[in-house]
Amino acid sequence: MGTDKNRSSEETKVTRRDFLYLTTGSFTAVGVGAVAWPFIVQMNPDASVKALASTEVDLSPIMPGQSISILWRGKPVFIRRRTPEEITEAQAVKEADLPDPETDEARVQKPEWLVMVGVCTHLGCIPLGNKGEYNGWFCPCHGSHYDTSGRIRKGPAPKNLEVPKYVFLDDNTIKIG
Amino acid sequence: MSDNYEPQSAVGKWIDKRLPLISLFSGHLMQFPTPKNLNYWWTFGGILTFCLITQILTGLVLAMHYVADANLAFASVEHIMRDVNYGWLLRYMHATGASMFFIAVYIHMARSLFYGSYKEPRELIWIIGVFIFLLMVATAFMGYVLPWGQMSFWGATVITNLFSAVPFFGEAITNWLWGDYSVGSALLTRFFTLHYLMPFLIFGLVILHIWALHVPGNNNPEGIDVIKGQDTVPFHPHYVVKDVFALVVFMIVFAGFVFFSPNILGHSDNYIQANALQTPEHIVPEWYFLPFYAVLRAIPDKLGGVIAMVSAIAILAFIPWLDHSKVRSAKYRPLYKQFYWLLIFDFILLGYLGAQPATGIYLILGRLATLYYFLHFLLVMPLVGYIEKPKPLPKSISEPVLSNEEQQAKANLAT
Repeated sequence: MGTDKNRSSEETKVTRRDFLYLTTGSFTAVGVGAVAWPFIVQMNPDASVKALASTEVDLSPIMPGQSISILWRGKPVFIRRRTPEEITEAQAVKEADLPDPETDEARVQKPEWLVMVGVCTHLGCIPLGNKGEYNGWFCPCHGSHYDTSGRIRKGPAPKNLEVPKYVFLDDNTIKIG
Repeated sequence: MSDNYEPQSAVGKWIDKRLPLISLFSGHLMQFPTPKNLNYWWTFGGILTFCLITQILTGLVLAMHYVADANLAFASVEHIMRDVNYGWLLRYMHATGASMFFIAVYIHMARSLFYGSYKEPRELIWIIGVFIFLLMVATAFMGYVLPWGQMSFWGATVITNLFSAVPFFGEAITNWLWGDYSVGSALLTRFFTLHYLMPFLIFGLVILHIWALHVPGNNNPEGIDVIKGQDTVPFHPHYVVKDVFALVVFMIVFAGFVFFSPNILGHSDNYIQANALQTPEHIVPEWYFLPFYAVLRAIPDKLGGVIAMVSAIAILAFIPWLDHSKVRSAKYRPLYKQFYWLLIFDFILLGYLGAQPATGIYLILGRLATLYYFLHFLLVMPLVGYIEKPKPLPKSISEPVLSNEEQQAKANLAT
């Protein structure tokens, strides 16, 4: 069995040594990768961080026109109970006028409640509420203006304020994350 | 051979002209002339380098998650074990790695003792090695304190209290070490700092160790000087392959411990959080300190015990002058060879006794074993040099191999 194989491999110039080189090299590469992986992945969010990844919020104390900021995954989340004027203003905007087109309906589950991550999509500052040229938010760092739906209207930020995953547990409670 | 390496590529030439790094590595890790008869006991140098790098890398990663505060340290280690991605693996690698490091260093030292690698012209290599060992002991001890379990806490208490044996200044020194009136957060934080620093000092000494080795070159199992070219082969590929093979076998054993019995080399009491109001029933250090611990307990005097324990390591540095026999390898020293094995047995016995309660027969044996340990170096080594008649040395390292064939050839001719 051995001799036949040796003869055919001599013809194709693939030697036993080539084979050993390649297998040794491949196994070494797999081994090094397998050892390197734990060293890399240990820096990812760990189990204790993931366990804190959702937050429940009681909405009952918030009156129309008020907003609160809560901390979720180390970042502020704005929860604003919008007035009817703000809602109509947000719904009236044409998509063509927006740098990052998105309808107001796509950004809220109930029009009254606007929930979004309060981190400017430019370089991570926290925009100020009830400010800016569009009655929404204004980022003091580099001057980005957001409207009453949290969409970018003017300034260097490329995207609308991010809407996190959330569900209404009942009429007055939401769970973020 | 090693001095006239020329890089081939243009970039290589450009760099090498300005910083001869490639020539240095090529000369010392590739072409370095190495005796052709080195056996597997010589692979532990490479294995130890691997151990040091493993400890530094896993330690670096653990330090990203560990908190050096008495109130948080124990919880942060549990956090590493339970929450951090692969934290259990990295911690077990680090803890087991310390044990593997000591297994390898003891074999490495025993090999030097057997083949006389500490003798002229290699005294400095050996002395640097003793300092590396001393730093390893300090690093391992401080590392064991960091998890802040019962053994950590009481081990730290016992060992730092050794300094209270110093006359007059004892109490002042211990309070200075602790930064407090007992073992606490202040000590933990400074131990963490030093535990992080020392591996890099070891790394520096390892470079000196290898540098000093590469001046005279390797000793070999015959213990005689080699003739460059005739008796040597380039380090690469001959010893690179041999070292890597031994390393892979070593890693299999290492992985066996890490994955199948990571806690067998430690003490279960260290999974109980440090309690300043209760000492564990049985205080034992990690296994690799047991021989020295037995020496400490053998002396019925506080200061005397401490001095004996420190001397047990310090005495190693004087071996190149205590053993003045010109013959290096114990292969050609029939008398020394027997005492050598007696010392190895004595050291293992001390290790066993260090784990037993210091009462009755254990204490008597401990004292006898301690006595022999010191007598071996102070009396036996110098005396054997005078009394012993060594076997005739071969003229070259090839002779022991070839002489067998020659004898056979002669025997064939005679018949």
